Amino acid sequence: MTKLEINSAEEMQKLGASLAKTAKPHDLLLLNGDLGAGKTTLTQGLGRTLGVHRPVKSPTFTIVREYREAKLPLFHMDFYRLENDDLSSIDLDGYLAEPGLVVIEWPQLVMTDLPDEYLQLTITRVDDSWDSTKRVVELNAHGERNEEWVKDALTEYEK
Amino acid sequence: MSEKKDIRILAYESSCDETSTAVIRNGREIESLIVATQIKSHQRFGGVVPEVASRHHIEVVSQITKEALNEANCGWKDIDAIAVTYGPGLVGALLIGVSAAKAASMATGIPLIGVDHIMGHIMAAQLKDEIEYPALALQVSGGHTEIVLLKDPVHFEIIGDTRDDAAGEAYDKIGRVLGVNYPAGKTIDAWAHEGKDTFNFPRAMMEDDDYDFSFSGLKSAFINTCHHADQIHEKLNKYDLAASFQAAVIDVLANKTIRAIKQYKPKTFIMGGGVAANHGLRDRMSAEIAKLPKADQPKVILPDIKLCGDNAAMIGAAAYNLYNDNQFADLTLNADPSLELPYAKSMLN
Repeated sequence: MTKLEINSAEEMQKLGASLAKTAKPHDLLLLNGDLGAGKTTLTQGLGRTLGVHRPVKSPTFTIVREYREAKLPLFHMDFYRLENDDLSSIDLDGYLAEPGLVVIEWPQLVMTDLPDEYLQLTITRVDDSWDSTKRVVELNAHGERNEEWVKDALTEYEK
Repeated sequence: MSEKKDIRILAYESSCDETSTAVIRNGREIESLIVATQIKSHQRFGGVVPEVASRHHIEVVSQITKEALNEANCGWKDIDAIAVTYGPGLVGALLIGVSAAKAASMATGIPLIGVDHIMGHIMAAQLKDEIEYPALALQVSGGHTEIVLLKDPVHFEIIGDTRDDAAGEAYDKIGRVLGVNYPAGKTIDAWAHEGKDTFNFPRAMMEDDDYDFSFSGLKSAFINTCHHADQIHEKLNKYDLAASFQAAVIDVLANKTIRAIKQYKPKTFIMGGGVAANHGLRDRMSAEIAKLPKADQPKVILPDIKLCGDNAAMIGAAAYNLYNDNQFADLTLNADPSLELPYAKSMLN
């Protein structure tokens, strides 16, 4: 497990950009963190770097937002509103089979339906003030490919 | 000279919570509107459950097709087109409407029209009054917060958008913190009228020189204020919390929209989407527009409250415009959960 200190929204986007630059088809990124932790902010940096020119917005309402025009097609999902484990109408397997990058916010409810290999980021606030942009990001790689991904992304981030 | 023939459209809408059918005459008159809601089953879960949503839609769709035709006193022979929402929304839910509409079109030979759900929300205004173009729409709902320029009845362009959360989504998320059932907007709106803006929550991007919004910071500020109070065992006034939250949302929406009206000088201003039912927002937008110099005041169309939520009538209204523009779909029409109106060039970077 690797821990990273993030001081601003810009740094969170930079982390997203670093993950994007080093991502490969079929990668799966899980984002944990409370409301307002910065999950969508990170995904915005990621999308921008993948060449998404329209706004990358919260997918809470539609559950999935597709950005097929990206260099690596980006599938941004948010299971905040899902309260049971039935995903039949989302076709998660279909998305995972595509040569793109799947990013899932609030993945807790679907963990049993996911492949064994993924990269999980857990974002926590460092202090309690609402306008503080300080965060700690824990990166947990599951599987060889994801260990390599973390290494490459952190090298990219430190550049 | 023969009178112009009436155009009747049978419309389907099933993008999220509601399954709905309607028969609309000439894009303006509601001959029937059936809405089968399932919000009650979602309240138990605090949100939409796609599988529950799909199952519910399937159960009711053929029944409410018959009801819509019966209530409008017409049969298939009286229908000139079949319209359906094909996105954005939950794919499983969308597919129910799309499949039903395609099956009906195939069986009857009546032409099919695919409608963007957001174009539909904006066209709820057409059911109330005639829209003069160019028009400007503030589209606010659970999934969208957009300022849309309508060049004509079928060419729409997004000139402002949220950078993160939609306004309605922020209502639902802070509502959950206050223990308010989904959807939370109506209750928060009511509480807001009982309270005062005492918390001074942030108005993100209000002074920025664009038409974009951000509600993520406001959501965080609200949640942290509540959590902090919990930690020190302080009880906050829920009416003041609601009033403060709503004031922050409405300040930003009103400020940016008025600026867009000044720049684009539309002939009509429209509000659409679930949050367009918010009394605070309706009153504020009307008041702000009344403050403009008379010559700059667009005609204001606020859709009926009952037509702000998802319904098939608005889809029938939008479909009429597409019908006149010869924009028909064929049986390859598919649900597109990520469908978006086009962005203005200024929005792409």
